[in-house]
Amino acid sequence: MKKLVTKLVLVMFSTLPFVIYSAENSDYNMPVGVTEVSQSIFGLHMLIFWVCVVIGVIVFGIMFWSMWKYRKSKGAVAADFDDNFWLEIGWTVAATAVLIWMAVPSTQVMVQAYDDAEGEINILVTGHQWKWHYEYMEDEVSFFSNLSTSQEQIDNKIPKGEFYLLEVDEPLVIPINTRVRFLITGNDVIHSWWVPDFAVKQDAVPGFINTAWTNVPETGIYRGACTELCGIKHAFMPVVVRAVEMEEYDAFIAEKMVLAEAERMLTSKEWTKEELMERGESFYMTNCVACHQANGKGIPPVFPALEGSEVVLSDSAKQIEILMDGIQGSAMQAFGDSYSEVDIAAVITYTRQAWSNGKNGDGAIVTPKDIVDYKNKIDL
Amino acid sequence: MSTVVETHDHDGHHGPAKGLTRWLFTTNHKDIGTLYLWFSCLMLFIGGGMAMVIRAELFQPGLQIVQPEFFNQMTTNHGLIMVFGVIMPAFVGLANWMIPMQIGAPDMALPRLNNLSFWLLPMAFGILLSTLFMPEGGPNFGWTFYAPLSTTYAPSTVNFFIFSVHVMGVSSILGSINIITTIFNMRAPGMALMKMPLFVWSWLITAYLLIAVMPVLAGVVTMMLMDINFGTSFFNAAGGGDPVLFQHVFWFFGHPEVYIMILPAFGIVSHIIETFSRKPIFGYSSMVYAMASIAILSFVVWAHHMFTVGMPLAGELFFMYSTMLIAIPTGVKVFNWVATMFRGSLTFETPMLFSIGFVTLFTIGGFSGLMLAIVPADFQYHDTYFVVAHFHYVLVPGALFGIMAGVYYWLPKWTGNMYDETLGKLHFWLTFISVNVTFFPMHFVGLAGMPRRYPDYALQFADFNAMISVGAFMFGITQLLFLFIVIKTIRSGKQAKPEVWEGAGDLGLEWTLSSPPPYHSFTVQPQVK
Amino acid sequence: MEIKKTVKNLLGIALGMFAFGFVLVPIYDVFCEITGLNGKVTGPSFLSEESQAITEQRELLVQFMTHNNESMPWEFDSERSQMRVLTGNQYEAMFVFHNKTSKPMVGQVIPSVSPGRGAEYFHKTECFCFEQQLLAAGERIELPVRFIVDPALPKEIGSLSLGYTLFDITDRIEITKDLAKL
Repeated sequence: MKKLVTKLVLVMFSTLPFVIYSAENSDYNMPVGVTEVSQSIFGLHMLIFWVCVVIGVIVFGIMFWSMWKYRKSKGAVAADFDDNFWLEIGWTVAATAVLIWMAVPSTQVMVQAYDDAEGEINILVTGHQWKWHYEYMEDEVSFFSNLSTSQEQIDNKIPKGEFYLLEVDEPLVIPINTRVRFLITGNDVIHSWWVPDFAVKQDAVPGFINTAWTNVPETGIYRGACTELCGIKHAFMPVVVRAVEMEEYDAFIAEKMVLAEAERMLTSKEWTKEELMERGESFYMTNCVACHQANGKGIPPVFPALEGSEVVLSDSAKQIEILMDGIQGSAMQAFGDSYSEVDIAAVITYTRQAWSNGKNGDGAIVTPKDIVDYKNKIDL
Repeated sequence: MSTVVETHDHDGHHGPAKGLTRWLFTTNHKDIGTLYLWFSCLMLFIGGGMAMVIRAELFQPGLQIVQPEFFNQMTTNHGLIMVFGVIMPAFVGLANWMIPMQIGAPDMALPRLNNLSFWLLPMAFGILLSTLFMPEGGPNFGWTFYAPLSTTYAPSTVNFFIFSVHVMGVSSILGSINIITTIFNMRAPGMALMKMPLFVWSWLITAYLLIAVMPVLAGVVTMMLMDINFGTSFFNAAGGGDPVLFQHVFWFFGHPEVYIMILPAFGIVSHIIETFSRKPIFGYSSMVYAMASIAILSFVVWAHHMFTVGMPLAGELFFMYSTMLIAIPTGVKVFNWVATMFRGSLTFETPMLFSIGFVTLFTIGGFSGLMLAIVPADFQYHDTYFVVAHFHYVLVPGALFGIMAGVYYWLPKWTGNMYDETLGKLHFWLTFISVNVTFFPMHFVGLAGMPRRYPDYALQFADFNAMISVGAFMFGITQLLFLFIVIKTIRSGKQAKPEVWEGAGDLGLEWTLSSPPPYHSFTVQPQVK
Repeated sequence: MEIKKTVKNLLGIALGMFAFGFVLVPIYDVFCEITGLNGKVTGPSFLSEESQAITEQRELLVQFMTHNNESMPWEFDSERSQMRVLTGNQYEAMFVFHNKTSKPMVGQVIPSVSPGRGAEYFHKTECFCFEQQLLAAGERIELPVRFIVDPALPKEIGSLSLGYTLFDITDRIEITKDLAKL
């Protein structure tokens, strides 16, 4: 019996390094990440963890041994002492020494992470309820990055994909081996932009600019999240960053510029109702569905219904105004500056046709030209 | 309504009034203590029910049971209720029961104020809970209610929330004034400050913390109220205010608040460990100094809750160092408890089991706290489930275990009946196991990258979330057993001796009173050697 | 009586702490100004004499970010998004404000400098952010920021980012007016 126990203990200890290695590198530990900073942070994390384990083993070891050794059922008689000056001084000093020893590497990593040198590429990251907006400062290219997981997956109507809630329609693209500086701010409430593999987490505070930086050595897709409670869709605004070779990055920027030009061209095109409906539906499902819901019934009284709304049924001018300028003091934001005339026209057309609105209202078709006219009219 | 019959016995005591009026108008410290404890128990089940909703939704990825809007209301109210409605009132209840008995006083110094400070609480929570039934729903901005989500973007019910926080604040402040006044003015002759029981000491320090920070909380919600309704801009960048200022002021309250929720548990656990080790507490004076230094340090660490908000390097380092300092007095307390058990004569009744559970699991929460203090590492931990794991480890097996240990320890004194030891031990083991099944995996999902306050999550977190939910349901159901044990003990049980626990007679004045104690604790002041 | 005295003192502490909560607001502003926290800059500032004595100049990148707060329909843009400047020299950057709505509105720009500790080295001699902007319906104006980057700027700071967030304060002005009437 005793031999068996000894063997068991031996087996346990011999597998320990393996267990520790696999635990350290498992999906359930902090990601090591790909950048120098994230790797230093990981090292720091493991160091503090082991310090805690060692202290824990010593303290709990003594405690459990005392509980076993001095149990009354075995006839233990209590000693009568209630202090020991040198012992108390000793452990206070020891605890202080351990803390100072830990503070040194922590401070070093801290200084490493705080680096205000100039970035080769500067990207303005803006948190919106509930999507991220990226703007490349050098090239004046900008776009929104929305969750691309479908509402059906969230509602369990269809099976969930591999990157459920971790996928977006347009990821941020950055080149590798380049110092990228992020300027982070918020549009409405506080958000927080986090990419674990870069160890970058910064709050996006409206009215203020925070900075962070990274230098990614490996190509790949890195996924992160919003980590500051920002309202009902807090869990549905992931961060996805695609790190690519410099050539691919340049091509991406060039393509974005061409696309922006094409978007401007689209405005002058003649649109059919079907084309607008199709474009409007996809826009609605990305940008409006969170509040006004897929069935257009909203969540009254906070988010009003669009189905059967007077404005949507019969007042297209008013609807254009609301879409363009937002409604003060409500969650309805101004879309005019952020989206193209085509998108605005399409989504208005869509809401006027969808659900029961097409049959109960005037079903007016709003074209991109109407939106341009609206802009020009007040330009005076 | 029943009429109040005053029966005077020959000692000149009068017993409690009968019926509802006894509880409405009572000025007796024991009655008020009982009210606080039952209120806290009720809130525990309401706040716990909310936790069950949260865990049910998180059992699997996808939205099944509730929508994100309601989910946010659940997380917010769960936090608010557990902090302000469960842990704090339970400690005040224990203070009401035990402080007069431990210092040899007949009652609290300000009995009518005592009644008022209790009855404000049901009012405050009635208002808070009623918002959940309003069309716009209750507060949904997290228990930390960061502006501008809680101001410009809040549902209009936020005004009820603010009022409710004001009322809670008044209640806590009045309660604390009463406790400090009692401790300073009503101690038995001979009981010098450094002879006071540690529970009394822990409450004296806690009460000072409450008086210092509850008004700051009242101030911050008043600023919110003005921003929302009167067009000021304390937290609105448009008018020259600053949303980050909100976080600074809130955490200036919030961090001492964290210690308010743990210091009394330190006191309770110290008594229990010395009782069941049959050996006086090791390092009494260092215990007192440790609590006092924790309390003082708690005022200079607040910004460690906001390391990612964008502070200058020097600020981050200052708050990192000051936070690490707190590990020293906390460590000293743990060492003292272990040294008390060392060479004692230990038995393991339910209160002792809960106290040992407290020491081990609270220390684990302390370790994760130390990890969170390290700023660069905190960039990865911040606002993930790692933080959720950390504060649940210090609040559930910390504060809540402390309260349960205290209830088991003093229940025979209060009721005159022994609780059922077998059921008590069963309750402990079920609780201990389910607490760990619930909260330990949260460390892993947090490190793996799951942010907190998420109603839905990516697939790689699914397995552990299912496990956490199962643990949580088990923990929730187990607490019904606790309720059953307490009711059973009140109704019947083996007659308890005055000293209740072997050798406890020498440990404190409360054990010299009969079990149950007389309606007015000490009518003749005892003499303390 | 002893008890009364204790209660009075404690009530005093509680009231004092309530007031202290509000005092934290100005304390915080002072604290921000000293440490550069949040990069708050409230008024014009100029080069100190010591800084003027520094003759060594260096080049750095200054970036401008304009941003409309939610539901602010104005057009608000900087003429260029970044420029390279020499420390110690004065520069001018132009910004466009355009009230595209059909009603008069009041806007307020809130500046923020990043990194925060760079704020004290970024001297604005003139800025539209020092006052509120009232624009009639359809009005379009251009306003400058004139600035000097202090030669004493620490070497580690390689670039300065100026964030300007435009808020619609038309309603706030009206609320204040309403309150004033009371």
